Amino acid sequence: MDFTIPENLKLMVETVRRFVKQDLEPVSQQVEEEDFIPEELVRKMRELGLFGLSIPQEYGGLDIGALGECLVYEELSKTNACFRTRIGTNNGIGSQGIVMDGTKEQKEKYLPRIASGEWTSCFALSEPEAGSDAANIQTTAELKGDHWALNGLKHFITNGDVADMAVVFAVTDRKKRARGGITAFIVEKTFPGFYVGAIERKMGMRGSHTSELIFDNCLVPKENVVGGEPNVGRGFATAMKTLDKGRLTMGACALGAAQKLLELSVGYAKQRVQFGKPIAEFQAIQFMLADMATQIYASRQMLYHAAWLRDTKGTSVIKEASMVKVYCTEMANRVADMAVQVFGGMGYMKDLPVERFYRDLRLTRIYEGTSEIQRLVIARELLKE
Amino acid sequence: MKSLVCLKQVPDTETQIKVNPEGTGIVTEGIKHIINPYDEFSVEEALRLKEKFKEGEVVILAIGPDRATESIRTALAMGADRGIHVNDPAVNTADPFAVAQALAAAAKDVQYDVIFCGHRAIDDDFCEVGAMLAEFLGLPQVTLVTKVEVAADKKSAILERDIEGGKETVEVPLPCVVTSQKGLNEPRYASLPGIMKAKKKPIDAKNAAALGVSVEAKLQSKEYSMPPERKAGKKIEGLEPPDAAKQVVQALRNEAKII
Ligand SMILES: Cc1cc2nc3c(=O)[nH]c(=O)nc-3n(C[C@H](O)[C@H](O)[C@H](O)COP(=O)(O)OP(=O)(O)OC[C@H]3O[C@@H](n4cnc5c(N)ncnc54)[C@H](O)[C@@H]3O)c2cc1C
Repeated sequence: MDFTIPENLKLMVETVRRFVKQDLEPVSQQVEEEDFIPEELVRKMRELGLFGLSIPQEYGGLDIGALGECLVYEELSKTNACFRTRIGTNNGIGSQGIVMDGTKEQKEKYLPRIASGEWTSCFALSEPEAGSDAANIQTTAELKGDHWALNGLKHFITNGDVADMAVVFAVTDRKKRARGGITAFIVEKTFPGFYVGAIERKMGMRGSHTSELIFDNCLVPKENVVGGEPNVGRGFATAMKTLDKGRLTMGACALGAAQKLLELSVGYAKQRVQFGKPIAEFQAIQFMLADMATQIYASRQMLYHAAWLRDTKGTSVIKEASMVKVYCTEMANRVADMAVQVFGGMGYMKDLPVERFYRDLRLTRIYEGTSEIQRLVIARELLKE
Repeated sequence: MKSLVCLKQVPDTETQIKVNPEGTGIVTEGIKHIINPYDEFSVEEALRLKEKFKEGEVVILAIGPDRATESIRTALAMGADRGIHVNDPAVNTADPFAVAQALAAAAKDVQYDVIFCGHRAIDDDFCEVGAMLAEFLGLPQVTLVTKVEVAADKKSAILERDIEGGKETVEVPLPCVVTSQKGLNEPRYASLPGIMKAKKKPIDAKNAAALGVSVEAKLQSKEYSMPPERKAGKKIEGLEPPDAAKQVVQALRNEAKII
């Protein structure tokens, strides 16, 4: 067994580490308060190549593989989560449908812009009536001449407000739905009838916005069906494959945040004095630190292993990816809870980043498939074996 | 515009340094290494010169063990064109004199308008290599440089350098040796696309024999030791504020001897 990380990935992690330290971390509190990432930082993210991690090289991306993406996300998640989310949709749910199922023309037109970060893409599946039960979407698309007319409302769409384009899922056959009746479309923000609705007010993830998208007779050219004419009705599979692919990286984000919380907790425990000694000398605190470190270690092994499986064996890692998503995100939530405890009252204060991590990490158990849905996937795979 | 950049890999500034049990050096196992920050200024300046003249080459020259390739690769990812890695136990840990000899030998095969060195390496802090290298090559040298303006004909340069309490501006014929000081520039990141490209850039590995030098060290380190631990502070307790203040003043005057 060889656990060495390739040299070029190590160098990438080092670049991200420095970027976090020099550019992101110093403003993470300001971004939290203003709920906005300065454009200058987005420009730097573009220059560093962060928007194209998963895009094939022939379309201007880096295609650094699952392990590479996980390592970059892990490092980038050691600061305010909004920064990672800013590049997240271009690398993940906003592009992978096109990477996997798009036509050559679609790839040539959209992927280079996504990879460079010139355009931001987003993924619009969820609706008020369709969350975990994604097949229940109500947005419809009807063919009218050369265009499809989309009608409906999407909600909770990450980067919806800053997106230049969206991969949108709509019902094209009411009877068939998930079995041949849902189609994926590439919608540019300038298409007539496309509107950004309300920006949702969330518990955390400040600096990253989640919004409604409204389609009011939005006219989408026929050639913008993801995968073209033959893929009409095959959009649900595109959506599921896209979400499958994102699960490892979600685990990596949780892992990076947990690692940061452990480092902060160890530092604080050594320095905070109560009853005349550092609280790190109390066994109750030591045991929390030990549990945090142990669970982080376990998570890292399963994450890297699943990423390695995907990269080297090319095997389907559906079950493993769901295991990684559910385990790493729940682990990070336990770690965040313990970190707040180690910090005591200061863990609850906005002056330190611990409470922010606590809020932001809560989301990782919900989006891109809730913990319950991950367990359904794992069980389904187990029982069919 | 062609630059040769001498680069050293050093322990990360955030590393907790420990002396090895034999006292012959520091523990290098498990610590992170980075490009000497002053050498990073050099890489950046060389890249800017190449960009400004829209032609030329930036060559990285490093001495060190296998792991030093990582630092060379980082400089290539920043945009440098190729690397030369002198990797020889006889030179890797040698004194500044021997290091400068090896660098001078390696520089003989390279074309350059300027040679950049960091004005010091943050690990052993000798601040000698740049000056010695210039001597060995018979080149003019300008140390502690914070600004570089190369003439359009590349025959001379106007350089600004740090002096006590101010700046000195000098003109120097090229080629010359420049040692970089903080303030010269803000080094760019090794971007991710740059890292991908760097994989394909050549790094030429050489040992002392290949360079045709037998280095002769002038210095031998006898022993490494940690600085003495700081003594615990003094606490003045149980006194009324006016009396406590008097005690503090007394201690500062008689014990610390700083007022
Ligand atoms: C900040 C944020 C960003 C988001 N970004 C995007 C985005 O970019 N694009 C997008 O399309 N969506 C996005 N979403 C939507 C997200 O994917 C959904 O919120 C998620 O899938 C859960 O759906 P729901 O909120 O409707 O909850 P529900 O599906 O209503 O779930 C409620 C509860 O019931 C449980 N449950 C549901 N069905 C079952 C079942 N069969 N068995 C057991 N338990 C079940 C769930 O696990 C959960 O605990 C985002 C959400 C948030 C909060």
